[in-house]
Amino acid sequence: MTVATETEYEVVIGLETHIQLQTASKMFCGCSADYANAAPNSHVCPVCLGMPGVLPVINSKAIEYIIKLGLALHCEIPEYSKFDRKNYFYPDLVKGYQISQFDLPICINGWLEIEVEGRRKRIGITRIHQEEDTGKLTHTNLNGEEVTLVDYNRSGVPLMECVSEPDISTPAEARAYLTKLRQMVRWLGIGTGNMDEGALRCDANVSIMPKGSKVFGTKIEIKNMNSISAVHEALGFEIKRQEEELQAGAVLKQQTRGWDEEKRVTVFQRLKEGSSDYRYFPEPDLPPLQLQADYLAQIRTSLPELPEARRDRFIQEYDLSLYEAELLTGSRATADWFEESLGEEKTPQRARATANWILNELFAHLKEKGAELDEAKIQPRQLASLIDLVQKGTITPKSAKEVFEEMFATGREAAEIVKEKGLPQLSDEAALATVVDKVIAESPKAVADFRAGKEASLNFLIGGVMKATRGTANKDVVTRLLREKLS
Amino acid sequence: MKLDLKVVEDVAHLARLGLNEAEKEQMREELAPILDYFEMLNELDTSHIPPTAQVISVQNLMRPDEVRPSAPAQEVLANAPFREDNYFRVRPIFEK
Repeated sequence: MTVATETEYEVVIGLETHIQLQTASKMFCGCSADYANAAPNSHVCPVCLGMPGVLPVINSKAIEYIIKLGLALHCEIPEYSKFDRKNYFYPDLVKGYQISQFDLPICINGWLEIEVEGRRKRIGITRIHQEEDTGKLTHTNLNGEEVTLVDYNRSGVPLMECVSEPDISTPAEARAYLTKLRQMVRWLGIGTGNMDEGALRCDANVSIMPKGSKVFGTKIEIKNMNSISAVHEALGFEIKRQEEELQAGAVLKQQTRGWDEEKRVTVFQRLKEGSSDYRYFPEPDLPPLQLQADYLAQIRTSLPELPEARRDRFIQEYDLSLYEAELLTGSRATADWFEESLGEEKTPQRARATANWILNELFAHLKEKGAELDEAKIQPRQLASLIDLVQKGTITPKSAKEVFEEMFATGREAAEIVKEKGLPQLSDEAALATVVDKVIAESPKAVADFRAGKEASLNFLIGGVMKATRGTANKDVVTRLLREKLS
Repeated sequence: MKLDLKVVEDVAHLARLGLNEAEKEQMREELAPILDYFEMLNELDTSHIPPTAQVISVQNLMRPDEVRPSAPAQEVLANAPFREDNYFRVRPIFEK
């Protein structure tokens, strides 16, 4: 019997995720939002530089995008919404405030379903609000002097902040939540969701309390996590750290910590200020939003079939396993590729074959090349014709893999490659009989063994024929011929 | 009535104002009547009125997502007290 000597803790995690919207222009002005490769301060204007007297104007696309995400995450979209000023002094924003939303965000009360170790769980979405991104600060040393350089190209790029309920209980759940959220952003085509480029950024709030406690522990915020796996690892580290502190009798203070990617630890940054310090007030320069039912209905209609619905349909319609369906709906591009390849042949058998080709061959080849699906030279309909050739018995599954290699490398048609390589499957009995006779003549031992009842020797002989025909022989015909000739 | 010194110091910090002791005392006196004046508004019963966020009756004023030319870099940086190439240069700041 084991006796628990240490207190067991319950973990409470909430995630705040900032997501850039992939619009052409900025949130409140016409400057290009494509800041990644632009020369410093080349995508700025009086509005995003906060010059006196300018007026911001809302980008309608950004509003459409945030509503799309809100609807996909089962949020309510209140009819009335407005923007507020969040005041702070920091050079990443020129105005001295960020245009954000305080008490009336565009999306509220939604949820996102995750699955961890076969268990499904809904994580509540408290709110998603619209704001603007900040400028980029570079800290550097110029001729022995420490300075900070500021580039405002990113300042004003549309940014959403999605706040989860503190429903997340483990680092694995946090990882699943972020993976799903990113999948949805990409699925809807509203953002790249690339964490390494800063297009998706996540801060985590984590506290622990003794199991069964009714009082929440001290909330500690972690920042600077640049990948989903970093979030997973940082949370794991922080939970352990807090447990050790509490076990040692320490009192935790509300604070912000940063994830140190190199040392793989969280580091104290500062004690937490209250939100009232931001002195939010309604943005006087922007009229409120009155989101009408018909406008929302129009956006709802424009939503694509969402990942979970499509996954469940794949299972139902094509008899795929949950695992296969999850993988095939990992991105909208993959799901589209799969269904395009299926075409009108929607039988479970065909679906299974297509799924296997994509999940095994295509994915392995892409991974090896470090390429994305949209970079693949082989097209969905071309894979379909390759599968046709196998199903019609024109080529063997083994030759098909060779043909696939060539198709993947060149994007050429299957039939063309088959013809060129001389790969059609040998089903012609007269031709095969010659080869079979030759193999029998060359393998007296295997023939004797088989005749003596050793069934396995037949495989040896089949192998001989396959080898002699470079894998193009129809195995069923070869097997029948061998049995006939040896009986 | 004078304001609590702590309140004056907090407000000064939020506005990034460096006040000396004499100025703080002056603010304690001068800020109080301003706050009292706004306090008068609380005498009105506004429980049945939704908060006003905007005084003009325009709604949903939006623009299409179209890129328009940005300002020329030289104009953008013309007023910068300090610059380094095409960057604005500020005193070192490491942590927000």
